[in-house]
Amino acid sequence: MLTVAGLTLSRGERVLFRDLSLSLASGEAVALTGANGAGKTSLLRALAGFLRPDAGSIAFADVDPAEARRRHLHWLGHLDGLKGARRARDELDFQCRWLGAAPEGVAAAVDVLALEPLLDLEVRQLSAGQRRRLAFARLIAAPRPIWLLDEPFAPLDARWRAALGLLMQAHIDKGGAILAAVHDPLPVAARAIDIGAGR
Amino acid sequence: MKALLILWRRELALAWAGGGGPLLACGFFLCLTVLVPLAAGGDPAGLRPVAGGIAWLALALSSILSLERLFERDLEDGALDLIALGPVPLELTVLAKAKAQWLAVGVPLAVTAPVAAITLGLPPAQAPLVAFSALIGALGFALTGALGAALALGSKRGGLLIAVVVLPLFIPPVVFGAGALERSVNGLSPAPALAFLLAYVLFAAVVTPFAGAAAIRNAQG
Repeated sequence: MLTVAGLTLSRGERVLFRDLSLSLASGEAVALTGANGAGKTSLLRALAGFLRPDAGSIAFADVDPAEARRRHLHWLGHLDGLKGARRARDELDFQCRWLGAAPEGVAAAVDVLALEPLLDLEVRQLSAGQRRRLAFARLIAAPRPIWLLDEPFAPLDARWRAALGLLMQAHIDKGGAILAAVHDPLPVAARAIDIGAGR
Repeated sequence: MKALLILWRRELALAWAGGGGPLLACGFFLCLTVLVPLAAGGDPAGLRPVAGGIAWLALALSSILSLERLFERDLEDGALDLIALGPVPLELTVLAKAKAQWLAVGVPLAVTAPVAAITLGLPPAQAPLVAFSALIGALGFALTGALGAALALGSKRGGLLIAVVVLPLFIPPVVFGAGALERSVNGLSPAPALAFLLAYVLFAAVVTPFAGAAAIRNAQG
């Protein structure tokens, strides 16, 4: 689904990594590990098209990269992309529908993530874990095969880590793929790739 | 098209969220046009020849007020990443946000413009032309303003930078818009000046999406 070959990425004068290659297959989860500053987030941002690598290639199986990013890719970074002044319902509706979710998909995401009691609150009234669940809803509501996740569980309690683990497993079982930058083990069987110790 | 409608709806809701931004712009616009006659000594006859120009200058300055938030807040909270992965190319997204800015701020300013122009001493008969030309000009301000907002993304003093980048770009519409009013007041057809104003808007509509999207991609990195 995703093949990275010979990737070199730098931030300013600092080279994060050189000649990195990896692949992500359908029905697979990969845990991207490495020390702080090793370039996990930058790698994910490069895959999502937000950063331009210095060298190397990023290919999505037989699909133009720009088109793949618009249709086949989910990104969940450190920031949830939610507006504090808006109601959770409005933000959920925007995020899901912007990414192509059908109303029944949004309803299913609300149900599975137990978001209903939160929807009439303003986003700024939600805890970090509740905001993360709200942001995660778009991954459920608008099915896309490749999930790029950056520390997806950081603000979540044990119960919701386990619940989101089940949702990730269901995505993998349906042929999806997950590449997640993590410090703790993923709650699903995953191949680990260590990109280095940082500098 | 459906995705763009979804984005428009959100942008309009955001423009009105947390204190009614468009009303602030209109209030600033009216304050400027009330302050100028007071500062000029309260002689309406002396102000009348430059009333159109002052009204357009006030319109341009009022259009800058909310530009800083156009992309910056989406960059800060991560929404820009989400938007970039939407079904619409980033170039069209920039255009959609600029049009939403026009709908949310430009149109209320254009509705306010006749009141401001009459306050400055323009004949009430010019009110329809003032509103019409301001409607076109405000679209130009929104488009070039969006470009300025994209270029200033991520900078520490974005608001100031936007003003420095955008104000020189606002000179042509101010000149054409004020020219249209002056011609009309002097009994001439405002059409040539309006045509130039429209040409400016079309030029901005072509340049802004590509240059703005490139600036956003640079800021995301």
